[in-house]
Amino acid sequence: MAKFTTLTSHAVPLPAENVDTDQIIPARFLKVTDKHGLGDSLFCDWRYLKDGSPNPEFVLNEPASQGAQILIAGDNFGSGSSREHAPWALVGWGFRAIVSTGFADIFKSNSLKNGLLPVEVSPEVHKRLMDAVQHDRTTQITIDLLTQSVTGLGSLEATFPIDEFSKHCLLEGIDQLGYLLSFDEQITKYEQQRT
Amino acid sequence: MEPRTLFQKVWDDHVVVQEPERPAVLYIDLHLIHEVTSPQAFTGLRERGIKVRRPDKTVATMDHSTPTDPRALKVIDDQAKVQLAMLESNCEEFGIQCYSLGDSRNGIVHVIGPERGFTQPGKTIVCGDSHTSTHGAFGALAFGIGTSEVEHVLATQCLLQRKPKTLEVRVEGKLMPGVTAKDIILALCAKIGTGGATGYVIEYTGSAIENLDMDGRMTVCNMSIEAGARAGMIAPDETAFAYLDGREFAPKGADWDAAVERWKQLRTDEGATYDKTVIIDANKLEPMITYGTNPGMGMGISESMPAANALDSGSQRAAYEKALRYMDLEPGQPLAGQKIDVVFIGSCTNSRISDLRLAAGVFSGRKVAKGVRTLVVPGSHDIKKQAEAEGLDRIFKEAGAEWREPGCSMCIAMNGDNLEPGQYAVSTSNRNFEGRQGKGGRTFLASPLTAAAAAITGEVTDPRSLLLS
Repeated sequence: MAKFTTLTSHAVPLPAENVDTDQIIPARFLKVTDKHGLGDSLFCDWRYLKDGSPNPEFVLNEPASQGAQILIAGDNFGSGSSREHAPWALVGWGFRAIVSTGFADIFKSNSLKNGLLPVEVSPEVHKRLMDAVQHDRTTQITIDLLTQSVTGLGSLEATFPIDEFSKHCLLEGIDQLGYLLSFDEQITKYEQQRT
Repeated sequence: MEPRTLFQKVWDDHVVVQEPERPAVLYIDLHLIHEVTSPQAFTGLRERGIKVRRPDKTVATMDHSTPTDPRALKVIDDQAKVQLAMLESNCEEFGIQCYSLGDSRNGIVHVIGPERGFTQPGKTIVCGDSHTSTHGAFGALAFGIGTSEVEHVLATQCLLQRKPKTLEVRVEGKLMPGVTAKDIILALCAKIGTGGATGYVIEYTGSAIENLDMDGRMTVCNMSIEAGARAGMIAPDETAFAYLDGREFAPKGADWDAAVERWKQLRTDEGATYDKTVIIDANKLEPMITYGTNPGMGMGISESMPAANALDSGSQRAAYEKALRYMDLEPGQPLAGQKIDVVFIGSCTNSRISDLRLAAGVFSGRKVAKGVRTLVVPGSHDIKKQAEAEGLDRIFKEAGAEWREPGCSMCIAMNGDNLEPGQYAVSTSNRNFEGRQGKGGRTFLASPLTAAAAAITGEVTDPRSLLLS
């Protein structure tokens, strides 16, 4: 897994609430057997017109969004299905962090395993960020995982929660399976006790 | 010992290691897999040179992209064919039981788990599918996981989990005729919203829950995720034991007796507390229907959709207006009488025999309205056989509905069963997200009774008007 330490980038504002994983990547793209190459299908039904051309009104297609690594999303982002294709598509597009007031559980868990940082902030901080980014699309935001902080807009300094273990894994680029495999002996013992 | 909840007991029983400041290493008793969320996990295993630790605790089925047209069981495209073939070859390589397309034991993963007796009280059950919460109806701790976690479980039979909080949803009272388990869970989603139970495991309690049969309990637990909870649980009782008794993989003989004794200990102790409680009065529930683009946007069928200015915050109002624009509906209006194009009766939420019996009761002696396409998709081959033995298939076909082969079908619309852009459907499935049942399609979620009533009248209809006549 890619390390996450600190990130400074302009951002894409997507204020809609309850964006579900079917919007992040519709089910018809789940027939793949690989996790790569899903960036083109991200937000597909909002992003492309009927004839397949980019919808100029969708924020991801605006020139100002290109190269952004931060998504400022509405509340309860990633609700719905457990498809890990959702973070794969977000990472495939180039996002490394999503700022929201809340994330769905499975989406959050999946994101943390793919180097995509869910940054949960208060409604006040969220509004300041969203307003600033919508007003000026070149606004730079810095997310620092070590200090669990979001800074920018001159005076903004906010913190976000993350459990110690996920933080450690992201900072070091450790994948969790390696950690789990280290408990082989305890797992064997547990299995023996139960039979 | 401290009094404990059902959840706490199952959790405690499965913690292999709990280091400070670390998630628990939680042992998984049953791992269900399907074609869509497993290929990348098997690839990961191969890249690391790891075997599946417990193929004997892993069961595979094909359901998401499998065809349901009985006239020509044709897989939709080459990509889906490759994915299905990959599940088969992965299962063969790692020694996992796979109920492939065409196998008489095949069906939707959350239907066949309980049906074959794999699902049992007190077990930890996971699957790369958010509706794994279904199995909690038996007092199992069951939840959906992503593909990375599918790989973790294949490799170690364990998951890293932080302990969730507990939410009691107490449903007291007696459901009126025409009101079903589906209406209970849609009412919960409407009450607390799609993020209302995020971070919690729900335990459903109360007389209305105790009076549900297992099919109804599975419907309720199934949609726990639609309220944001990863898992929903119900204390196992005689109803659950009677369901499991004699099932293929349920314990037999003396093992059965011992298991039942153990399972009886799982119910929440007197004095145990939950982090939060939500109360629903079953007496007051009416058939529910959703109007928007998430399962929380629902109401009683006699009600009107909210006026736009009835919503608290600006962002809620924006979300509501966006949803109604997609649905092409007017705020403040009732939904009853809304013309529909398609009725879908099926999915891991409502494709079991009790659901089909309810629907058949409405279809019996009636005809599907002209121009309405109605699909009835049983959850498994066992259910299909049972329904045919009871003559339900004849009732559906005589009414003008399509009697299909088992699968997820139009719930996720990956297999060619889908809505056309702009079409309205009343569906017994679990999600009304934009495009969920086909790009541009519009979904009203409801019970099998309400869906069947809509098929007959061609519009959103209170099923009680047909039950009484």
